Amino acid sequence: MVKLAACAAFVMLVILSIFIGAGEFSPWQAIHDPAALQLFFASRLPRTIAAALTGAALSIAGLIMQALVRNRFVEPSTAGTAQSAALGILIMTLVFPAASLAMKTLFASILALLGTSIFMMTAHRLPPAQPYLVPLFGLVYGGVIGAVVTFIGWQTELLQFIDIWTNGEFSGVVRGRYELLWGTALMAAIAWWIADRLTVLSLGRDVSIGLGLSYQRTLQLGLVIVSVISALTVVIVGIIPFVGLVVPNLVSRMLGDNLRGTIPWVGLSGATLVLGCDVLGRLLRYPYEIPVATVMGVVGAILFLRLMFTRATHA
Amino acid sequence: MPDRRLIILAAIALAAVIAFMTVDLRGNVAFVLHLRGLKLLALLQVAVAIAMSTVLFQTVTANRILTPSIMGLDALYLFGQTALVFTLGSLGYASLDGGLKFAAEVLLMIALAMGLLWPLLRTRMDMNLMLLMGVTLGLLFRSLSALLSRLLDPNAFSVVQMASFANFNTLRADLTILGTIATLGAALLCWRARHTLDIVGLGRETAIGLGIHWTRTATGMLLLVAILVAVSTALVGPVAFFGLLVAALAERLMQTQRHALLLPAAALVAIIVLVGGQTLLQHGLGGASTLGVVIEFAGGLVFLALLILRSRT
Amino acid sequence: MIRIENVSLSHRDMPILHDITLSLEKGGITALVGPNGAGKSSLLSLIARLQPLQTGRILVDGLPVGSTPSRLLAQRLAILRQDGAVASRLTVRELIGFGRFPHHQGRAGAADIALVEAALEQFELQALAERFIDTLSGGQRQRALVAMTFCQGTDYMLLDEPLNNLDMFHARQLMRSLRSIVDERQRTAIVVLHDINQAAAHADRIVALRDGKVIADGTPNEVLTEDNLELVFGYRMQIMQIAGRPLVLQHL
Repeated sequence: MVKLAACAAFVMLVILSIFIGAGEFSPWQAIHDPAALQLFFASRLPRTIAAALTGAALSIAGLIMQALVRNRFVEPSTAGTAQSAALGILIMTLVFPAASLAMKTLFASILALLGTSIFMMTAHRLPPAQPYLVPLFGLVYGGVIGAVVTFIGWQTELLQFIDIWTNGEFSGVVRGRYELLWGTALMAAIAWWIADRLTVLSLGRDVSIGLGLSYQRTLQLGLVIVSVISALTVVIVGIIPFVGLVVPNLVSRMLGDNLRGTIPWVGLSGATLVLGCDVLGRLLRYPYEIPVATVMGVVGAILFLRLMFTRATHA
Repeated sequence: MPDRRLIILAAIALAAVIAFMTVDLRGNVAFVLHLRGLKLLALLQVAVAIAMSTVLFQTVTANRILTPSIMGLDALYLFGQTALVFTLGSLGYASLDGGLKFAAEVLLMIALAMGLLWPLLRTRMDMNLMLLMGVTLGLLFRSLSALLSRLLDPNAFSVVQMASFANFNTLRADLTILGTIATLGAALLCWRARHTLDIVGLGRETAIGLGIHWTRTATGMLLLVAILVAVSTALVGPVAFFGLLVAALAERLMQTQRHALLLPAAALVAIIVLVGGQTLLQHGLGGASTLGVVIEFAGGLVFLALLILRSRT
Repeated sequence: MIRIENVSLSHRDMPILHDITLSLEKGGITALVGPNGAGKSSLLSLIARLQPLQTGRILVDGLPVGSTPSRLLAQRLAILRQDGAVASRLTVRELIGFGRFPHHQGRAGAADIALVEAALEQFELQALAERFIDTLSGGQRQRALVAMTFCQGTDYMLLDEPLNNLDMFHARQLMRSLRSIVDERQRTAIVVLHDINQAAAHADRIVALRDGKVIADGTPNEVLTEDNLELVFGYRMQIMQIAGRPLVLQHL
């Protein structure tokens, strides 16, 4: 039932996303008017695909991160991953302004990996009896890296760019500017391929080793997936908070944590949520747009607070 | 006889103030001095307001890692400000007198802060959960303010970015007099309550056992915190970890929980960091507008260190 | 056979195990007993490669622990740790199914599924099969974890205080299941036990440790003597004989 509703919501939002926007565009025109068709292929379709890909990938990245850290309240944007990625692009933009987008993404991924590894090493040392300490640490850690980014941005007068990277939005997504995002689909596929290993990993180090899993290798692979997804989305769309936090938790409540079974649904729900927020951002002040990150900041924070409250009263 | 460390701190603070006023003095000296004087007054207010509000807040919550800004209070103020503009409309808002505007903002802030803090004080939640909720609330209010400003003015560029870091360079001179009165009044009240504060800091149960009227005292202090946060945020914007940095440093220096020493020490440290830092950045490295970011960075590191240290014991 | 040769272990200059040499034959239940801090759990984690060996070596059926691929060892040896806090929301059936991971690496075949069903039946967990583990009581969760270890289908099962969280009924039940698994399927169980009388009643062999050294080693009747117990636990206790097995009056 819930699964059916999720599918229906997703399809509906895809349709909405294609037909809502500043330019006039209706199904009737799509068939008859070549200009409208052009709009469809150059802007609306890419934007819809980008939103769906980003939402799905960020949610799956959050899910993986939660399995790696064994804590339900972490995700790339609250663990310094996204901020490290932004730092990476900033450095590339400063040092090699001529580098291609792919090169910038690569470097951003490397920094994201580095930043996340530091977070992970610290997180694994924090006492497991205090589950809220890890996300708290991650949030502030991300904030500190963010401060470094802003400082450099201020010094080099790149603040406008930083705003683009740290405040995710899809209005800039057109054909030719988003295709790298398909890389996140590849990462999601790899995640699904190794889903069982990730689930075993989420049972802890001892259980993993007891079951013959190469613990370190799986951990590293998971980190790489998370870092690449973060870097790609930050480079092309910008940081979108809370997606990776809220979606996996909601899905886990209903379907559990067997990643083999849940990854597709986490992806679908994440895509639906981000598409929904993007559509909302386009409708709230039509014909102007509100960035998806701003909408998500409100929607996601409320959902997250709800999650914390219900969990606190459960436990 | 005041403590020797306090005297040293006061001397450094005085040196910072003198440096701020005199370094690189050129051109129309009288004009520059007047300008710097106004700015100095504002900086002093902010320093005192943040130091007082942080120490008070930490005392009432009996926790040395909580600060008003970590609990999202300054983001709350910004939200209240934007919400006021939103409901009154930009035109109606602009036509209001500066002092009246500020008074309205402070009142709204008090109402919101009370609504937010009371349940937190009453329920006995896991401290980390409370902190996490505070940080999340801060993010929520920031996003809400950004959302509202976008709704007001769709073309506004990077509202979020500007609202996320304190800016000590463009101070609102129109609030100086009102702010000074509020800050001085609050500081005086704090000072008179310094012995009560010592007991409140022992925690709710102990304080009640020692004959403190808990509800009234705690409410009064939270009121003061709300006003002080409103003053500092109105003047410079949010300062996520500045309060924590200052309070932690003051406590380290004084090695005491006695408010008669802690309060002035925190205020002096805040003045040294703010005025000294601003002087340094303005005339040395960085440029004046980056102090907020630098403080965010250093304060964030202090916060992380405190978290880890505390979890070890 | 598990051979432990000259194994020592220390943590931050604190000696934990001191030159232990021990052979654990295939078959039967071996109980490790001793006071807190005797090194029982550390010994178990060394055998199961959860900690790196510092000195000495350990062979499992001739395979040296440490240089044998982890997956290969996982097909011969399963371990259940004492703090098996599982935070994931998996159903009991899914959890037990992951016991088969070393054999299928995530692609479960019909044989694996049949084994999971058998484990559910063996530990009487069918009624709970679809429940999420975080909704179970401590005892039920412990049973599910033991079932998972059993389902790994290894010759050797290392269990670190499996009776934790179990009430009397289920503790007895678990030891009896273990007995029947060991007898009928020729498995080997090495169990850390806190309750000396559980060891006396169910184990074929008892190894008593104290301060990282083996103090006594043999059948329950050989090991559980007043002198040995005083050496291990630090006080004298009376011992009775019931149905040919010792019963220690440890609480008097």
